[in-house]
Amino acid sequence: MNLIGLGIVGFAAVLLLALSLIKRKSPPIWRVIPALTRLARIVDLSVEDGTRLFVALGRASLLTPRGGAPLAGLALLRHIAERTSLSDRPPVAVAGESSLALLAQDTLQAGYRAMGAGDLYQPSSGRLSGMTPFSAAAGAMPIIRDENVSASMLVGDFGVEAALLADVAERENTFLLGASSDISSQAALFASAQEPLLGEELFATAAYLDSNSSHAASLTVQDVLRWLIILALLAGAALKLIGLI
Amino acid sequence: MRYIAVAIAIVAGLIVLIGYFVPALAGVQDVLLNWAIILAGVAALVGVFNLISVHGDKVRRREKGSIYSAILLISLFASFIFGLALGPDNPNMRLLVSAVIVPVEATLMALLSVTLLYASIRLLRRRTDLMSIVFLLTVVLMLIASATLPFSSPLNDLIRPWIQQVLALGGARGILIGVALGTLTTGLRVLFGADRPYGGN
Repeated sequence: MNLIGLGIVGFAAVLLLALSLIKRKSPPIWRVIPALTRLARIVDLSVEDGTRLFVALGRASLLTPRGGAPLAGLALLRHIAERTSLSDRPPVAVAGESSLALLAQDTLQAGYRAMGAGDLYQPSSGRLSGMTPFSAAAGAMPIIRDENVSASMLVGDFGVEAALLADVAERENTFLLGASSDISSQAALFASAQEPLLGEELFATAAYLDSNSSHAASLTVQDVLRWLIILALLAGAALKLIGLI
Repeated sequence: MRYIAVAIAIVAGLIVLIGYFVPALAGVQDVLLNWAIILAGVAALVGVFNLISVHGDKVRRREKGSIYSAILLISLFASFIFGLALGPDNPNMRLLVSAVIVPVEATLMALLSVTLLYASIRLLRRRTDLMSIVFLLTVVLMLIASATLPFSSPLNDLIRPWIQQVLALGGARGILIGVALGTLTTGLRVLFGADRPYGGN
């Protein structure tokens, strides 16, 4: 039995539950991430000027260890669906994997229903853009170009092909937020996206836009675990230095 | 009905998660994962119908770029019919993959290298900060150090290994630890039903 792994997951789960249940008297204070501040403003602006938002969730299957990043993208999509449900042009979400495309449709529909606008939901707003990484990118590029998109969000697991989408957004002079769990894609997006997010910032997108208690708690749990890992690394280095391990 | 769906999702998720740590639950975990793989297969079929529906609508409405949608639909149906008639192991079907899909994706990859080069040049115009300068200097340094030189140089023998094995590897591990922690907490939020990507309100 893997007690260390079970202990870490159990500790994180208990901490997440406890922090979610504790009612905060004041809103949480986080460091400013300029990309997310700009995104929040652009989401509101898109409703006012009747343009479309585009969300790409990447190509990872939820059955693989890379499935965490698209879940963060779906949380963002849910928030966007709620905020823009009454817009003239509904947001479009694409995925490079079939089950993820179905979840995108479900998430959009749930967002519309939550705002009492279920009849405005269009099934074609959640799409499968391709079955391979490059075909998915090629299938998504015309959407940014042709469908009156004012802002694109790449939040999920992408490869370097994300740079092709960033290039189209740049040519169309539209805002692009790039966040991927893949390191090579992060490097490509750092060079090509207007607003790249690095590392765990990907998982903060929903929390920064919609600060409910569970999102806030999950960021705090990440911070606590990060400090524990830092302490463990320092302790390991110290023990190695004095020759105990 | 909604609560039942949430309960089933949470219980199945918990069993699969605990199955990784408790060997006694590994059998049940395998069964659930096999069901999930079958469902993913069905989802692939539904995804193809979604693709046909979206591009069929584009062709019907004669939207901008509908000619490409028409080509996609014709190619899809042709591949489907020939695939059914000849079988996936037929040399002609293999040729379809090796002579069309692979070259097209390779072309996109080549296009990507030009796109990235152009993006790197534009980077300083878009964001003139310390990180952008460090990024570009590192890219240039790594490109020079990756070149095969006919003579020994400290750049190749000392600096490149140090950048790759200390700076780059350390940074990559740091990013991956952050991503892993984010994945863990996001997964737990779904497991507790706080986020419901399966359609719950």
